[in-house]
Amino acid sequence: MTPITPFLSVQDLHVSFQTEDGIVKAVDGLSFDVEKGTTLGIVGESGSGKSVTNLAILGLHDPERTDIGGQVRLEGQELLGADRTTMERLRGNRIAMIFQDPLTALSPFHTVGRQIGEVYRKHKGASKREARERAIEMLERVGIPNAKVRVDEYPHMFSGGMRQRVMIAMALVCDPDLLIADEPTTALDVTVQAQILDLLKDLQQQTGTAIILITHDLGVVAQTAHNVLVMYAGRAVERGTMREVLGSPRHPYTWGLLSSVPRLGTSVDVPLRPVRGTPPSLINPPPGCPFHPRCDYPELAGPELCRTQRPEISPDAGHGDACYLTLRQKTDLRTVAHAAQTTQTTQTAQTAQTTHIKDRA
Amino acid sequence: MLRFLTRRTVAAAVTLVIIAAVTFFLFFAMPSDPARLACGKVCPPETLAQARHNLGLDQPIFVQFLEWLAGVFVGRDYEGLGHCSAPCLGYSFVNRAPVFNTIIDRLPVTISLTIGSSVIYLIFGVGTGVIAALNQGKALDKIASVASLIGSSMQIYFVGTLAMYFLVFQWQLIERPRYVPFTENPLEWAYGLLLPWLVLAMISTANYTRMTRSTMVEQLSEDYVRTARAKGMSGRTVITRFALRGTLSPIATIFGVDLAVLIGGAIITETTFSLQGVGRLSIQSVVNSDLPMLMATVLLAAAAIVVFNIIVDALYAVIDPRVRLS
Repeated sequence: MTPITPFLSVQDLHVSFQTEDGIVKAVDGLSFDVEKGTTLGIVGESGSGKSVTNLAILGLHDPERTDIGGQVRLEGQELLGADRTTMERLRGNRIAMIFQDPLTALSPFHTVGRQIGEVYRKHKGASKREARERAIEMLERVGIPNAKVRVDEYPHMFSGGMRQRVMIAMALVCDPDLLIADEPTTALDVTVQAQILDLLKDLQQQTGTAIILITHDLGVVAQTAHNVLVMYAGRAVERGTMREVLGSPRHPYTWGLLSSVPRLGTSVDVPLRPVRGTPPSLINPPPGCPFHPRCDYPELAGPELCRTQRPEISPDAGHGDACYLTLRQKTDLRTVAHAAQTTQTTQTAQTAQTTHIKDRA
Repeated sequence: MLRFLTRRTVAAAVTLVIIAAVTFFLFFAMPSDPARLACGKVCPPETLAQARHNLGLDQPIFVQFLEWLAGVFVGRDYEGLGHCSAPCLGYSFVNRAPVFNTIIDRLPVTISLTIGSSVIYLIFGVGTGVIAALNQGKALDKIASVASLIGSSMQIYFVGTLAMYFLVFQWQLIERPRYVPFTENPLEWAYGLLLPWLVLAMISTANYTRMTRSTMVEQLSEDYVRTARAKGMSGRTVITRFALRGTLSPIATIFGVDLAVLIGGAIITETTFSLQGVGRLSIQSVVNSDLPMLMATVLLAAAAIVVFNIIVDALYAVIDPRVRLS
């Protein structure tokens, strides 16, 4: 064990489900740490195991259908296999979660005040009155105007962005040490997205909460995360600081993710390059590197290596990735790809501009 | 709320008048002649004419209906029987007894039957459904689903007759069902009706089990139920305060309808167990061509459905804050 205990440490996490078609290995040997006051962005396609990982941290999987292995430690305390009461005391209190769709994640039958207040009552033993006061205070903190009135309203009376604010208020009511936000802005308008992300950042600065931000949106990561973990088929394929991963990505999958996102300043004529193919089956994952069927360079590391052996991400801290290409190869490939894309961009941008001028004339 | 009630009450009244009219005119399409039945076996034409006049059947049907309708709202005078004050449902063709009194007389039997059995099927049906949903896919769930399948395939006249034969006559485990007014002796009341309650409840229990189970399973996978768990709510709170809450609306819907249908008369149950309730009254009135009695029983059944529908719709708004009454 390292001399300094990380705040949250996930070691060699495995999560698999029994299904009718076989065993789905949703998370397969995942490790990461999160420190207080920092945000870890977990990025990946649907089905890469992002949400499953976080439900496992909270112990929210159905124990009868799920096999979970590995370690999840919060300040050294093991959470996997902890008894029910321990977990119930932890959830909503020290670890809180924000879900993707605030409309379905909030109960339609209870006022927002009650939904926020009941968390406070449960964990802090507050009276009904105190809980209500606290709920109003939290609503004010997350920027809901007229909180004293709105506390008695039901979720369907709020707009999407306001609902997500309610969700955040509910998650933060007990000042949790760790906040897990599962695609918190996916269901929201773009303008509201930015507000919610800013709010999360502000609240983090005030309280020092650690945040795990699950997203498939690299823009969100760039805006909020300190560290990034890229997941593919239940495994980490790249890990590092936000600048390292987004600035000098090493894994071909990360390149794919980056080149499939449109950027400001890129002409609309430049085709986006999505990662070709589809995510692999988690019941019968491909042998070797799980990404090799979709990778553009499976030959470079040797004729058979990528098809037969699975690359592991380096266990040391710092920028790391799970790919057999040498650092040199990665740098060269990325420079070439980047250059090609830039040239194309400039050319098409010029054409576009000409067309644009013609149109106006 | 007031607007909702006013609107619905007016609509209900109109519905009932329409039902009354349809029933009234349909009656005369029946091939039997109430005057002839009243006149007796040896029936000379003048006696028949007298009987027809006594029953008011010598007037045009339309006039008869209007008189009947007027009786309900303002009362009516009968030759030889005196004044019948509103709500006047007329006098039975068969024994010339006031229909209103007969209905009031029989209603407690039917209501007792309804209350007892619905309490039983509500508790057992919803309870079993919840347990089955919480043990989804396990032995308990499978037993419940097989049992409810068998239960809902049963018929009252079959189970009821078997129960009467074996439990009452053959093994003499329980006395023959009878009605003792609740106000007279609550224990006797419950004991006397226990067997009909159980038989009547059996089939509904099965339906409630299946419906509760499927809704509950749906509810348990709702996002907000997961949120409740993620907030650290205990297992029991999650189930009672969140998951069960979402099953209330569908349960209220079918419960309202079932209750209304039973108040209209549990015809088969009453017949099987020889209980003198509204259900048997309605069947007898058809057999006897007893128009006033028939009108009363049909209207009672219709009113029960209309009223319970209004209650259920109002309940929706209480159960689910997203629902608005309009």
